[in-house]
Amino acid sequence: MKVTIDGIEIEVEPGTTVLQAARMIGGDVVPPAMCYYSKLKDTGGNCRACLVEVSKGSEADPRPMPKMMPSCKTGVMDGMEVKVKTSERALDARKAVTEFLLINHPLDCPVCDQAGECDLQNLSFKHGLEKTRFKEEKRTFEPENIGDKIQLHMNRCILCYRCVHTAEQVCGSRNHGVLNRGDHAQISTYVSAAIDHEMSGNMIDVCPVGALTDKTFRFKSRVWFNKPFNAHRNCDKCCGKTTLWMFGNEIQRVTARKDEYHEVEEFICNECRFDHKEVSDWVIEGPRKFEKFSVINQNNYTRKMDTVKIATEKQILEGREQDRKKISMKEVPYKNTENS
Amino acid sequence: MGQKILFDKIHIPGIKTYDVYRENGGYASVEKALKMNPDDITEEVKTSGLRGRGGAGFPVGLKWSFIDKKSGNPRHLVCNADESEPGTFKDRYLMEYIPHLLIEGMITSSFALGANLSYIYIRGEYMWIFKTLERAIKEAYAAGWLGKNIKGSGYDLDLHVHCGGGAYICGEETALIESLEGKRGNPRIKPPFPAVKGLWQNPTVVNNVESIASVPWIVLNSGEDYAKIGLGRSTGTKLFSVSGHVKKPGVYEIEMGITVDEFMNSDEYCGGMIDDRPLKGLIPGGSSVPILPQHLIFKTANGEDRLMTYESLADGGFATGSSLGSGGFIVYNDTACIVRNTWNFSRFYHHESCGQCSPCREGTGWMEKILWRIENGQGTEEDIDVLWSVQAKIEGNTICPLGDAAAWPVAAAIRHFRDEFEYHIRFPEKIKNRDHFVNEPFEKVKHLLNSVTI
Ligand SMILES: Cc1cc2nc3c(=O)[nH]c(=O)nc-3n(C[C@H](O)[C@H](O)[C@H](O)COP(=O)(O)O)c2cc1C
Ligand code: SF4
Ligand code: SF4
Ligand code: SF4
Ligand code: FES
Repeated sequence: MKVTIDGIEIEVEPGTTVLQAARMIGGDVVPPAMCYYSKLKDTGGNCRACLVEVSKGSEADPRPMPKMMPSCKTGVMDGMEVKVKTSERALDARKAVTEFLLINHPLDCPVCDQAGECDLQNLSFKHGLEKTRFKEEKRTFEPENIGDKIQLHMNRCILCYRCVHTAEQVCGSRNHGVLNRGDHAQISTYVSAAIDHEMSGNMIDVCPVGALTDKTFRFKSRVWFNKPFNAHRNCDKCCGKTTLWMFGNEIQRVTARKDEYHEVEEFICNECRFDHKEVSDWVIEGPRKFEKFSVINQNNYTRKMDTVKIATEKQILEGREQDRKKISMKEVPYKNTENS
Repeated sequence: MGQKILFDKIHIPGIKTYDVYRENGGYASVEKALKMNPDDITEEVKTSGLRGRGGAGFPVGLKWSFIDKKSGNPRHLVCNADESEPGTFKDRYLMEYIPHLLIEGMITSSFALGANLSYIYIRGEYMWIFKTLERAIKEAYAAGWLGKNIKGSGYDLDLHVHCGGGAYICGEETALIESLEGKRGNPRIKPPFPAVKGLWQNPTVVNNVESIASVPWIVLNSGEDYAKIGLGRSTGTKLFSVSGHVKKPGVYEIEMGITVDEFMNSDEYCGGMIDDRPLKGLIPGGSSVPILPQHLIFKTANGEDRLMTYESLADGGFATGSSLGSGGFIVYNDTACIVRNTWNFSRFYHHESCGQCSPCREGTGWMEKILWRIENGQGTEEDIDVLWSVQAKIEGNTICPLGDAAAWPVAAAIRHFRDEFEYHIRFPEKIKNRDHFVNEPFEKVKHLLNSVTI
């Protein structure tokens, strides 16, 4: 089947979705996907970030589709023509979705463990507005525990349903679902029943935002201060192939390996993720390269780097010296203004 | 008097019971249908031009012909009795007063589709009707109209009533199917359509109560006879549930094609405006469709009479028209506050959004909050523009039409009554007393808007 995306033709198997076809082409014709996850069944269709314009339905029925279509759920037809970045309407829809995802979002990136590897940050950086038009009060939820190792910050959740599908398909149970409706819909293990399946930790990896975070890593470090290494160990529960996030000699976090679309390559078990934080537990393969676009990639040490020269001028240093004195309690005499 | 097809027997005492219903010719269509070829019944319904009464107006016969008979999977007919749209209460009346008509329709239609297991999905708030239907189904089983080998024809049918949990979204056909399967009522992403993969992944047809209740008449008479009633592509009779400021609110069966003027002002139907106050607006098809301002109600934009048909009510598109929708006819006189009304609808959609897709989940809440502020005198000039932009961003970008249904009323209210929104924003102190349009009709204070220079 032949499909044309932003003028680029590609031949694909029947049953391929537009998003998959775009990923085969790669580059910037790939629409952002916040809810679709190729490693899980039935995902996609919820976030609407991947909306595209189908300007020609197929060879047989060349009419354009009137509505914007979710590329992750739209199967290709022979002769279909799709516009991703060349369509004003599709870009508008994407901007709209970005705005909708952000209005109730806390935007507490400075204290959010996901910052630096967050899909929502990337989406809003590209398609978001500088200022908010939302004047109302944001809806909030209480933080909740999903088992003893995972923290749920419902405020940051974008209801992509990825973790629900993970719970169903990877952890093989349905005790993790959605409560309530509309913008009060909320991810929850029903009545906080703990999830203690040995694969439950994968929910942290599939979550595109900082809603599900690793309690063993909380507030330890910004992700870009960690050095990622590929490592493996013999594990009878999973593939044992992971990425270790090191600070000096300390393993601060273990995650599955993620590809350029931030999807895990293979799911890992909780034992690998939470219980092996000693360097001696692992065979370290070497530094991990990242294809993905993210803050972590900036100044990544696997890349050749230019030498940075700091041109400090004399005056600036003098200024610093003065500042140092001002803020230093010892050198500035303490004046009690209340009693004088 | 217009011809009655659904309500012709409704005033017979005791028609709720099987015996009286049967004495008055009930279940004759089943007798006739069982001797027919199922596909011929579908053909009859196609010729009748009957259009779905659930809101979208999709031709029923055509929908039936899409059902996948080739795969050999069991087929199902599901009756959508979830009726939760504000302003719509016609199905309730039908099921409450003549329950056997729906059951007769279910049997005939199931036979046409070759379905052996069918359901009526009724909203949870209609508990007493749920019981009425259960009783009627029991009677039908006892009389041999349901169960194995119905009247010796070799056709089996089981019919169940299922009670919903009280969510508007479960009226959307795929959400209804999910809910019937025992899951959370989230709409499915289409395709695949229910006609191919519906209930338990089997081919399924979902039809509204009124659509199904029209089938017995079509089978007994003929599709052609049905098509003679009505006007053009709006064939047959239609139930309208009238509420608001008219003398005689209620449920009426009309032949399609009468004028809106006749329907609203004749003594046979609504009987004119209550207290003879002036008419201000009309929502002809339930809360999801655009409101019409006074000058577009009786005449279309190009000066023709507005008729009670799918085409005429939609004439002019959304710029100057509306839609027949589900027949929830809501009439407003000059004391009604459009802003408050729009806020109230928004509140409903905010509450009822399933929360699956971002534009509807976030957008409905946003609109409600803005409208609440405007209504309570805390609005600002930019709010109207933000509101307009938010509704435009929801429309068409969602999984199911609830997003559109939430956007349209807001869009129409701003389109036709923008000055009333501005009045709310500029004169918050006048809004507070809540009777501003009674003692101070809007026409009299409207000039204030112009005298304020920005
Ligand atoms: C949000 C939403 C709510 C709906 N509610 C109802 C309803 O309460 N009753 C109904 O018959 N159809 C309802 N519908 C329409 C159904 O999806 C479906 O189109 C209809 O049941 C088909 O029947 P028909 O072809 O006989 O009209 C609703 C649709 C949407 C999007
Ligand atoms: S989830 Fe992403 S956008 Fe939200 S606070 Fe965390 S880092 Fe920021
Ligand atoms: S918690 Fe994360 S993965 Fe789960 S629905 Fe929310 S955003 Fe998606
Ligand atoms: S449009 Fe609204 S009700 Fe429909 S699927 Fe999306 S969130 Fe749910
Ligand atoms: S990725 Fe397609 S709708 Fe979310």
